[in-house]
Amino acid sequence: MTTTAEAPTKVEKRPSRSLYQKHSKVYPKAVHGTFRRIKWIALAIMLGIYYILPWIRWDRGPNAPDQAVLLDLANRRFYLFFVELWPQQIYFLTGALILAALGLFLATSLAGRVWCGFACPQTVWTDLYVWVERLVEGDRSQRIRLDQGKWTPAKLGRKLLKNAIWLLIALATGGAWIFYFTDAPTLLGQMLRFEAPMTAIGFIGLFTATTYLLAGFAREQVCTYMCPWPRFQSAMIDEDSLIVTYEEWRGEGRGPVRKSQSWEERQAAGLGDCIDCYNCVQVCPMGIDIRDGLQMQCIGCGLCVDACDDIMTKIGRPTGLVRFDTQTSQVSVAATGKPTPFRLIRPRTVIYSLLMLVIGGAITVGLILKPGLDISVLRDRAPLYVALSDGSVRNAYTFKIANMTRDPRAYTLTVDGLPGATIALAGDGQEAQASSQRLTADPDMVATYRVFVTAPGGSLKAPSQPLRMVLRSADGETAQYETVFMAPESR
Amino acid sequence: MAQKIKDELSGVETTGHEWDGLRELNNPLPKWWLYIFYVCIAWSLVYYVLYPAWPLGSTYTKGLLGYSQREDVVQKIAEAKAGQKKYLDAIAGKSVDEIQKDKDLLAFAMAGGRSYFNENCAACHGAGGQGGKGFPTLADDVWLWGGSTADIYQTIQHGIRADDGATRGTPGTGMTAFGKDGILNREQIDQVTDYILSLNKKQADPAKVAKGKTVFEENCVACHGDQAQGSVAAGLDGIGAPPLVQSNWLYGGDKANLVETITNGRAGMMPAWAKRLDDATIKSLAVYVHNLGGGK
Repeated sequence: MTTTAEAPTKVEKRPSRSLYQKHSKVYPKAVHGTFRRIKWIALAIMLGIYYILPWIRWDRGPNAPDQAVLLDLANRRFYLFFVELWPQQIYFLTGALILAALGLFLATSLAGRVWCGFACPQTVWTDLYVWVERLVEGDRSQRIRLDQGKWTPAKLGRKLLKNAIWLLIALATGGAWIFYFTDAPTLLGQMLRFEAPMTAIGFIGLFTATTYLLAGFAREQVCTYMCPWPRFQSAMIDEDSLIVTYEEWRGEGRGPVRKSQSWEERQAAGLGDCIDCYNCVQVCPMGIDIRDGLQMQCIGCGLCVDACDDIMTKIGRPTGLVRFDTQTSQVSVAATGKPTPFRLIRPRTVIYSLLMLVIGGAITVGLILKPGLDISVLRDRAPLYVALSDGSVRNAYTFKIANMTRDPRAYTLTVDGLPGATIALAGDGQEAQASSQRLTADPDMVATYRVFVTAPGGSLKAPSQPLRMVLRSADGETAQYETVFMAPESR
Repeated sequence: MAQKIKDELSGVETTGHEWDGLRELNNPLPKWWLYIFYVCIAWSLVYYVLYPAWPLGSTYTKGLLGYSQREDVVQKIAEAKAGQKKYLDAIAGKSVDEIQKDKDLLAFAMAGGRSYFNENCAACHGAGGQGGKGFPTLADDVWLWGGSTADIYQTIQHGIRADDGATRGTPGTGMTAFGKDGILNREQIDQVTDYILSLNKKQADPAKVAKGKTVFEENCVACHGDQAQGSVAAGLDGIGAPPLVQSNWLYGGDKANLVETITNGRAGMMPAWAKRLDDATIKSLAVYVHNLGGGK
């Protein structure tokens, strides 16, 4: 066997597109156009609602808060205009969340991620922050140059100014949020006199910090990595959903525009309408290239459409190389030159709409039929029952009446299921046995009573038998509670 | 010694450790993580100086701030006590009946009474006052010493047959041991037992019942009343004799238990709580017990 010098093993170089990409900062460029205008309008509406809502007053009568939208956690009441929710009615929140989810699904199936692009708080505040950034540090190229340049007093000044404005916006954001949880004018007065409670200050700090970090620094990373929605939005859209598309058949191959070359010559040379100007990439707040096709990161804001239309107009080509369109229509346009009409009515849009109608209807009916009375009964466990000297048996119950109206109310308590049973109340020294008892509850309060139910000895058939407590208000509202009545085995 | 190898794809040095051809990249820790780590270290150093931190055998470093959790608790308890003072003073200044009529005081006394009860009374009377053999049920309607608020208050204060000047019943002495002391013979006890069973509509020998009636009238009426209605119903104070026509028996109402009771007597006692609990506590307890359901 002869030994030969082994040739060095050749390592085959793979394209170095790593699974793990280091974060590169996105510098969105300013853009003007239809979608940019819609975004400004949406931003104004969203912020307007956010800041004005807690200041709308709503008369609920005496001793009730007059704030239209108030999430009164301390007193455990939610007020939403004419709706007033108690903790035990929190299921309405479930309904509202389902409705919101379905609305999101419907909007997505119709027009892609329009929520993300125009209405999501992350987008709205990021947009605002980018605007401030542009105002202070200039547009894209200036910002890149500033960031790459040395630290000079001028750079420091700009950075400080930008962050100061950001912090102010964050403070205004965090400060407004807590107005939803307490009486806004009172709290504002306290804040101006530096008397605001620690809880309020703590939460303002928290929301200021999160706004500052998320809108100032995390930005597109929130949408790409933190938000679950992009992960399954592809399940909500189909080929008939409006999405931001790049007309590849028209744009490719790309190449810079040359004065010497007419468009016919250009086409003959195998070049399309895309002049590879990268404007669509530079304006993208997510930092993606829409020409790569529909991507998870795309929030469907349409800024690239504005950017491309601008360029197309300048070079005298038809606009819409990047456009809001459906995939079906794109296929048709590429093949026959004619777009297909937008199909609004599709199985999924119909199903989402119907479901929204059902849930919305259920919530409406629920709100209309919402009782003003709720009772809960807790049976004493020790002792399970009390045998009385005349052979009768008595059970004790803690009886709670939630009077959800704004008036003091009187009720009549009776029991069903035990023949000859009598009721007595503890306290107040008025423990008369009777077949019914009169109970009262203050407005918007829970009244607690200790109720004794006594059954004659001979009437008990089983050691445990069902007992129904019925509470009837003077104006006819009824609440029932099923509980049990316990007795010794031998009876 | 592992030599330094650079990973071709990422350009990052590896640690030199290799497992089945896999090499670990020696990526630096993220800066933000590292800085938070340093801040935590700095924080801990400040903490060591300011707050109690290091155990030193029988003592510990006290810290510059002089903070002490124990003192904190003591102070918080004092604050809580000060907050309760208003109610406690009002309770001390009012009768149990008056407390019952005041909604706020009633709620306060009931809440306090529950915990005092569990602490002091539940051991014998059971949580919720369900009682047991020899320990009266406080939720029923049989009260040997009276079930009014005033009676309950007196009983808790001074106990029953207790070593207290104002207690009711004679300490150590209760119902006469008719058999043991030779007042009644076995036959008479048998007869009077049947008589009591018959009063309660239980199975009894009619011949014995007639004779037992005589025995009863000669021996028992003085305490239990001529209708066997018990000392409270008969208006006899300070005796504590139960009604004999009823279904709740402190020591059992069947034949064997009745014979045992008549032969050896009974002398249940309850300690006087005025020695251990203050007046406001006892009043709260009286309110609570009265509201257990048995109060009259």
